[in-house]
Amino acid sequence: MSSRLASATRSSPARVRPDDPPRARAQRLKKAAAHLAPTLTMVAILAVWETACRLLHVPEFLLPPPSAIVRAGFAMSGSEWVGHITSTLRVALEGYTVSILISLPLATMLALSPVLSRTVYPILVVIHSTPIVAVAPIIVVTLGVSDLPRVVITSIITFFPLVISTTTGILSTPDELVELSRSLRATRGREILQIRLPYAVPHIFSALKVSITLAVVGAVVAEFVAAERGLGYAILFATSTFKIPQAFACLAVLVMMSLILFRLVVTAQMLLFPWSLPRERRN
Amino acid sequence: MTIQLRPAITFEKVARVFDLADGQQVTALRDVSFSIAKNEFIAIVGPSGCGKSTVLRLVAGLIAATRGRVSIYEVAVSEPPDMVGIVFQKPTLLPWLDVKSNVTFPMRHKYGRVTAQDQKLARELLALVGLSDFANSRPDELSGGMQQRAAIARALLLDPEILLMDEPFSALDALTRDEMCFELLRIWTERPKTVVFITHSIPEAALLADRIFVMTPRPGTISEIIDNPLPRPRGIDTLASPLYHELTTRIRNTVFARPRAA
Repeated sequence: MSSRLASATRSSPARVRPDDPPRARAQRLKKAAAHLAPTLTMVAILAVWETACRLLHVPEFLLPPPSAIVRAGFAMSGSEWVGHITSTLRVALEGYTVSILISLPLATMLALSPVLSRTVYPILVVIHSTPIVAVAPIIVVTLGVSDLPRVVITSIITFFPLVISTTTGILSTPDELVELSRSLRATRGREILQIRLPYAVPHIFSALKVSITLAVVGAVVAEFVAAERGLGYAILFATSTFKIPQAFACLAVLVMMSLILFRLVVTAQMLLFPWSLPRERRN
Repeated sequence: MTIQLRPAITFEKVARVFDLADGQQVTALRDVSFSIAKNEFIAIVGPSGCGKSTVLRLVAGLIAATRGRVSIYEVAVSEPPDMVGIVFQKPTLLPWLDVKSNVTFPMRHKYGRVTAQDQKLARELLALVGLSDFANSRPDELSGGMQQRAAIARALLLDPEILLMDEPFSALDALTRDEMCFELLRIWTERPKTVVFITHSIPEAALLADRIFVMTPRPGTISEIIDNPLPRPRGIDTLASPLYHELTTRIRNTVFARPRAA
């Protein structure tokens, strides 16, 4: 009886061995399909777009086909592109950096001081509730025409998610660890640096991911108000002269810029704080 | 128990009242007095909300008594004392540190540095709790029981005289819980400490403790102190002995002696 049981348990895993050929092939195909699906979808959308524009003779100033957008993109000179891209990128990254430098210490203070939180929090909500597009012209008038107002607008738009998430993260520290820290009579500084801030890292990174794309939005909004360079400015300029394919080309580059920046933040988290990701997403 | 001249922990008519946010007051503990000898193993048993954890936090100096006096070696506790290590219900290891760095964390957190001596001590402690092969693993690669072993090693790092354990095995499955009890007995035999062990589990208390404090809630107070007649060393055989059965029955009857206020 026992030997039959043993042989049964020995043979049963053999039937579902992972290198079982048809099963493995199906599995591989499924994996490849899952991997390629997003790219294939993109290609399909572009193809439908192109054919629809051609078959229905849609005028270029209403909706240019992808081929016209690519042509318009190549029609612009390399130095023109570099100028626009670096200008937008610089404002976005400067605003993002300023926002991080302000929001992390501020969030730490808000999390640890209920009084400060009660005082400052309503102000933050008011700032966040104000439509930034409406305030942008005022900021430009107040701060003059330079990178400064653009950086300010970008940091205002990006810092709210950072403050909220970091505060939440710091407060999510388990009570037991705070008690452990107290029982060791550690300083408040060590409690924050060695326990609370690391605990907030997953929260901080989810905000960093939201904020980096908002930073690009902020830079473009600022360029709409006052700028002589940048992708936002280029879109505004192109549409004012009905060069719609060129506007679309700038838009495509903006989207790519956002995606690359987002990817960089994701990669930074993976390299610097792999423990903060769910296990299946580490590599 | 042998009578010591200087008890390790003393409570004299200790009361603790908590102020609630709505202005009401809750008496978590009333008139609690006892004394615990050096290297004695005490289990505190009682239903939820009977003030067990309050007793523990008073010894750890994390909260202060509203009335009465809590002292360790006859010195009143006014701040968290150096000679106390705590093991919580959850292992609460730091996910960004490997197991060894988690064990040395109290040193880094208290003094800002970890010496080679501490590293050596951490390796010894990991061997003691049976985690030598997992020193470089991350906490989330360990099972619940192994994480709690690491937390015990962490609590032992500063070589505390008193080990406070707040339902340390209650989050584990039943089999792991039994295994951890025997492990704790072995560790305690190798490194004698004064242990205050809080638990919901009557079998756990009977197996581990020298004396069992039975607490009743609202307001929390110690209704009876039961001496454990079981001989040491205790092992799996202990669980089968009639004396053990008798003891658990006695503790159970004491716990349920008073009708619980609804």
